[in-house]
Amino acid sequence: MKLNVNSEIAYTHLITRKKQTMIAALGVTVGIGIFIFMISLVVGFNRYSDESLFKAASHLRIYQDDILSKPLIAENKMGYTAVIVNPKIANVSNTLINPEKIISDLKKQEDIVTIAPQVSVNLFYNNGTSQINGVASGVNIVEANAMFNIQSTMLAGDVRNLLATPNGILIGVGIAEKLNLQLYDNINITSSIGVVKVMKVEGIFKTSNSNIDLTKSYISLAMSQQLLHQSSSYVTDILVNIKDPNKAPEYAKLLKNLTIYKVEDWQTANEQSMSNKKTRQVMFGSISLAILLVAAFGIYNIINMTIKEKLNDIAILKATGFSGKDVINIFLKESLIMGIIGTSFGLLMAAGLIKFVSGIYIGGDREYFPIGFEPQIFLIGAILGVLITLGAGYIPAVGAAKIDPIEIFRR
Amino acid sequence: MEKQVILKTSHISKYFYEPVKFKALDEVSFEVFDSEFITLIGKSGSGKSTLLYILSTMDTDYEGELFIGNEKITGQKPNYLAAIRNKNIGFVFQFHYLLPEFSCLKNVMIPALKLGKYSHQEIEEQAYQKLELLGIRDQALKPASKLSGGQQQRVAIARALINQPKIIMCDEPTGNLDSKNTGIVLETFQQLSSEFGQTIIAVTHDNDFAKASNRIIEMADGKIIHNL
Ligand SMILES: Nc1ncnc2c1ncn2[C@@H]1O[C@H](COP(=O)(O)OP(=O)(O)O)[C@@H](O)[C@H]1O
Ligand SMILES: [Mg+2]
Repeated sequence: MKLNVNSEIAYTHLITRKKQTMIAALGVTVGIGIFIFMISLVVGFNRYSDESLFKAASHLRIYQDDILSKPLIAENKMGYTAVIVNPKIANVSNTLINPEKIISDLKKQEDIVTIAPQVSVNLFYNNGTSQINGVASGVNIVEANAMFNIQSTMLAGDVRNLLATPNGILIGVGIAEKLNLQLYDNINITSSIGVVKVMKVEGIFKTSNSNIDLTKSYISLAMSQQLLHQSSSYVTDILVNIKDPNKAPEYAKLLKNLTIYKVEDWQTANEQSMSNKKTRQVMFGSISLAILLVAAFGIYNIINMTIKEKLNDIAILKATGFSGKDVINIFLKESLIMGIIGTSFGLLMAAGLIKFVSGIYIGGDREYFPIGFEPQIFLIGAILGVLITLGAGYIPAVGAAKIDPIEIFRR
Repeated sequence: MEKQVILKTSHISKYFYEPVKFKALDEVSFEVFDSEFITLIGKSGSGKSTLLYILSTMDTDYEGELFIGNEKITGQKPNYLAAIRNKNIGFVFQFHYLLPEFSCLKNVMIPALKLGKYSHQEIEEQAYQKLELLGIRDQALKPASKLSGGQQQRVAIARALINQPKIIMCDEPTGNLDSKNTGIVLETFQQLSSEFGQTIIAVTHDNDFAKASNRIIEMADGKIIHNL
């Protein structure tokens, strides 16, 4: 099929000025390439930091919040002053009452992937004269592993051994080093209320956080209840994972209606890391948008120059019956073609950069640079590339459409 | 049989405001009949080009009225005027001829491709015919920028003919041509008007050329002073 006449004119303009066309397209290539690469970096890094966060924290946590004692007479009552001026924490226990009911209610919710009841026990780890204080999580290890993928952090041992060994314990590598413990060694623990137990090291794990490695351990739920002299219904937290962690705040609101206890989403619990994330997004987002704008300016310039050089042609076209719309159409086609060429190579460039950087060894538990191919970002980059070049071409094209041929002919 | 009016102006006046207010056309009224070959003559600066731009529908900033066929052109929208130019009017301008990156053939074809009435192949054939008519068929595939001024002018005339417009307007169509080529253009115009019934309005300085036309309109100071 033959091209329509507008396309043919646009095409001829482009191939008779190959060099300028290539330069403008190259600008778009670099712009889109860097844009996709930078956004992929941020997304990859955010995902990585979320992942390492989710190794220690659940998407949602349900627990008994500390209740402060209230004045005997409400402060806002006219004419009275508060009787208690020095509020203190007033709850007797931080247990969740009837946790089975809460769990069975949660199970009815859609989108909930994992539910793990937990008992946190403050304790000391002892070996001989060395002592470290820390926190043990009493968990059902199968559920906890489903939630935190503890197995993937294990240096030695197997999480499932906790099921078979009632006095088994999984300890962080920091504790193991400090107390000079090997797999299957015995360790003394003393709970905050003074209960002492001899535990057997069934596993040693290493997270990306050395502080956690130095304090944290996993024991069975039953063992944790014994350490606190509590019954088998004693639970301090219920941890919940949902399908899409980003929806946690909305879910927290929903779950608040189901229970009287506090429901905290991971974003609220990790404010610092959320604000770091936002900073990264804004920083990289604005840098890459600026680069895109520079690329767009390149297109704008080339189209503008073409139009300046082609005033006579535009006048002839208009005289022979091309309308203003046709003129816009011609120059939009030119920028569209440059945009598509530039964007296509930009996608390739981004893919190359990502491939290269993802092969860089950085050590740590991730080992390689946390970046991957994100189809969505490539799609957004492609759409942005084409839209921005169209926009950049549109402004001078409208100017060209307004050219009065007589003014050109009178010269 | 009464001849049909194909173009008519009624009291057309045109002012320029830069550098000072100046009346370039002063109440110009005349009629052009179907198949007529008219020449516009007059001293330089008498307003011939200015009038032709108005007749061509490109200049819409004037007083008075313009009719083409039975249709009032004055006050129509730009896109509509562009379509009228494409279909009904062919132009040859002074000094400004062709799109330099395209071959002569393409230059001739472009208005027809825009009109879209015939297939690409038919248009190409017609374009060759028009180039043949003006004696430059052999230059068809050369880029327009490689031709001499006179050759370019003839390609521009061929382009003006491609859509078989009712009216052909030319500003000094033979200005760049030697006597032999002027002869070719003159014969072509006479043939177009007598055999193909096309109307021709040509601005010229060449008295012999003017004498060969059906009617001469002479202008001076923006007015028609002779209309014979
Ligand atoms: N754009 C313009 N601005 C001001 N005056 C103009 C402009 N174009 C033409 N004129 C003046 O209008 C008069 C007629 O010009 P023109 O129609 O080009 O004459 P011709 O084609 O008969 O030589 C001249 O005096 C010229 O100086
Ligand atoms: Mg003139």
